[in-house]
Amino acid sequence: MEHPIWFTVLVNRLLAKPALALLGALAFRFWARRRQASSGERAPVALVAILAIVGLPTLAYFAAGEPIGFSLAKLSGFNLSGGLQLYPEFAALTFGLVTYTAGFIAEIVRAGVLAVPHGQSEAARALGLHRSLTMKLVVVPQAMRLIIPPLTSQYLNIIKNSSLAVFVGYPDLVLIFAGTVLNQTHAAVQVMAITMAVYLAISLSVAFALNLFNARNALKER
Amino acid sequence: MATPATPGAAYVRLASGPVLPPPPLSRGAIAWMRANLFSSPLSSAITLALAALGLWTLPPLFLWATVHAVWSAPDGALCRAHQDGACWAFVAQKLDYLRYGSYPVAERWRVDAVEMVGGALIVWLLWTGAPRRGLGAVLFFLGFPVLAFVLLRGADSLGLPVVDTLLWGGVFVSLVTALVGIVFSLPLGVLLALGRRSSLPIVRAASVVFIEFVRGVPFITVLYMANNMLPLFLPPGWVPDRFVPPLVGTALFAAAYMAEEVRGGLQSLDKGQYEGAMALGLGYWRMMGLIVLPQALTLVIPGLVNNFIGLFKDTTLVAIVGMTDFLAAMDNAFKDTVWSGPTILPTGYVFAGLFYFVFCYAMSRYSAAMERRLAVGRRG
Amino acid sequence: MAADEGNAIEFVDVHKWYGAFHVLRAVNLTVGRGERIVVCGPSGSGKSTLIRCVNRLEEHQRGTIRVDGVELTADIKRIDEVRREVGMVFQQFNLFPHLTILENCTLAPIWVRKTPKREAEELAMKLLARVKIPEQALKYPGQLSGGQQQRVAIARALCMNPKIMLFDEPTSALDPEMVKEVLDTMTALAQDGMTMIVVTHEMGFARKVADRVVFMDQGEIVEINAPAEFFANPRHERTRLFLSQILR
Repeated sequence: MEHPIWFTVLVNRLLAKPALALLGALAFRFWARRRQASSGERAPVALVAILAIVGLPTLAYFAAGEPIGFSLAKLSGFNLSGGLQLYPEFAALTFGLVTYTAGFIAEIVRAGVLAVPHGQSEAARALGLHRSLTMKLVVVPQAMRLIIPPLTSQYLNIIKNSSLAVFVGYPDLVLIFAGTVLNQTHAAVQVMAITMAVYLAISLSVAFALNLFNARNALKER
Repeated sequence: MATPATPGAAYVRLASGPVLPPPPLSRGAIAWMRANLFSSPLSSAITLALAALGLWTLPPLFLWATVHAVWSAPDGALCRAHQDGACWAFVAQKLDYLRYGSYPVAERWRVDAVEMVGGALIVWLLWTGAPRRGLGAVLFFLGFPVLAFVLLRGADSLGLPVVDTLLWGGVFVSLVTALVGIVFSLPLGVLLALGRRSSLPIVRAASVVFIEFVRGVPFITVLYMANNMLPLFLPPGWVPDRFVPPLVGTALFAAAYMAEEVRGGLQSLDKGQYEGAMALGLGYWRMMGLIVLPQALTLVIPGLVNNFIGLFKDTTLVAIVGMTDFLAAMDNAFKDTVWSGPTILPTGYVFAGLFYFVFCYAMSRYSAAMERRLAVGRRG
Repeated sequence: MAADEGNAIEFVDVHKWYGAFHVLRAVNLTVGRGERIVVCGPSGSGKSTLIRCVNRLEEHQRGTIRVDGVELTADIKRIDEVRREVGMVFQQFNLFPHLTILENCTLAPIWVRKTPKREAEELAMKLLARVKIPEQALKYPGQLSGGQQQRVAIARALCMNPKIMLFDEPTSALDPEMVKEVLDTMTALAQDGMTMIVVTHEMGFARKVADRVVFMDQGEIVEINAPAEFFANPRHERTRLFLSQILR
């Protein structure tokens, strides 16, 4: 089916670009804040953002006549063909890492939120703020002070625990380099040094970035 | 006499009212549920969703683990026949192997002895009401390692046949690794923490570099490094036992984390304590040993126990360098063809999970109890 | 009895329990518009609980509480409406430490009353001037003294233009030299005609400002009277005992 030129341009150049949708959502948020500052009315930013980022490309997809097909994995012979195939080891590693660390992070967030003095949420409620606004404006900003340092440790733990891929056979840095290469070249010192340097570099960068974020959240005292 | 219901009126109470019990619905289980589980529409929806999830997953799990399970059998045939239940018989049969590995049967009393002495010393140290805990600390950190080494390894001169570490395996290897980790890492960690706070630049720099380096790399790489590089540090001809590199690696790794905990304790100790000790004319080491460290370490016991829980779980990694810990013993047990079947792996891993859960839960309850005690002491 | 629209607060046979502890026993109290009430009593008598029930920071289990004509029930929407009209000042100030003084004051008007930012800031500066600390507007609470923080807390509550102000022992956590500045602020507020309930031990303030003094003990209201009468001729023996301990 032939489409007029303007339709094709509209779909291809504007609607189909998630990056543009993201920019549009950000612009909407900026506009909504200014409108709230000047007139006091609040606009549903979250809803509009989700609609834009998810909805617009979907709209473009259907408008363009579903140009992308999904290649579903099909059983052919003893193996799968087509589709996007995850290594089962990758799935195992991801599932394990995520569920394991999520428990720790849950405890950290809970400790942080509970540590905010009860009087803070009482004062906010006494002013007439909803429960959700109280959390968003008063409790969470204060809880972040207590959450970010242990959270940094947990993120670093995830990065380091990914080395456990060696146990499930997923070919990550440690398995390939410090395992196979080490066995073949016997250059123990060099291989270990390089592996550790890689992890150190990643860990230190992440820790540095998160520490900067932490410093911004600190309270100003006398 | 006007009642207080009239604004602007004076009032005097003539007779005191009765003290009443609370209305039934505001107490007890129903009130608790209304307040905590069903306090708002969202809360109610989450409660119902979780209840549905629980009903969907828990009864089959319970049935698998208890009703349909095979509790005793001489080999895997019965388990293969009952594939909808756990095969606890496998665990029961393999329990000795899981506890001792290939340790000679005649010498297993030595392992039991070490475990009991170690357990008793730990209870002595951790129970706050126990007398003379200082003596217990000395015994645990200095005497017990020697005893454990002699008993487990053996010494021909004492009439104890030497048992090569190749035969060691199972639970006691995990426990030994964890205990060695804590016994050696705590003193080393204290030294590192003191070094990090030192005013001597070289000492401080060395401590900082060591701590940040070890905390920035995965435990596995530390074990690999210890395994490959320790022989290079020793004089030629000295081949360390296969168990030594992972123990050294574990101790060094744990020391860095302990150092950070101890440093937190040293920092949060009141400055006045340092000043009081210095005003009395105590030297650096006396001040540290008599005044500062006893208080600082007590402050961070919850953190230390947390580290121990993590260390205990990390001991499985020594399998990568050749020692047969509990999980590696379990993996070996899976290979027994007599028992092979589809329910063996889930059963084994569930049992391993339960084992670690029991230990770690006990430790975390202890840590929570200690935290409560310390909070009471410090309140106000 | 028909709800009297003219009354600010009505307590009708209110009971409250903390678990098994009967903390408010058959409380009956009516506060008219523009009335200034001081509530006093020994600790544990339920006076803080009483005023915290007014804006439903505490829930009562039996009886009726009506605030500005609205009955307090579990309906969250109505509770939020009531809280907009009732301002509260806490013993521990409870200022938001991560926001500036100005932001503390403009937070609720912007997010609850949907006031535009500039209007909210103008109102906040006006009220900060009224409590005599306009120059601190851009500082953070951690940089202010206790007395200043409490005055900011008063200004913050006033920014919502409440009809009723509740004070829960506002000067108990202050150093003695700062108590006067806060009491002066509260006196000025009373003279402007605000309906107030103040829980306090400051009897000088009660004598000067209150229309009625309410004495509570063990969860009951024991005596109510105009301050002159209350201090000169306490009629109940428990009141006499309490006053003899407080006024030395």
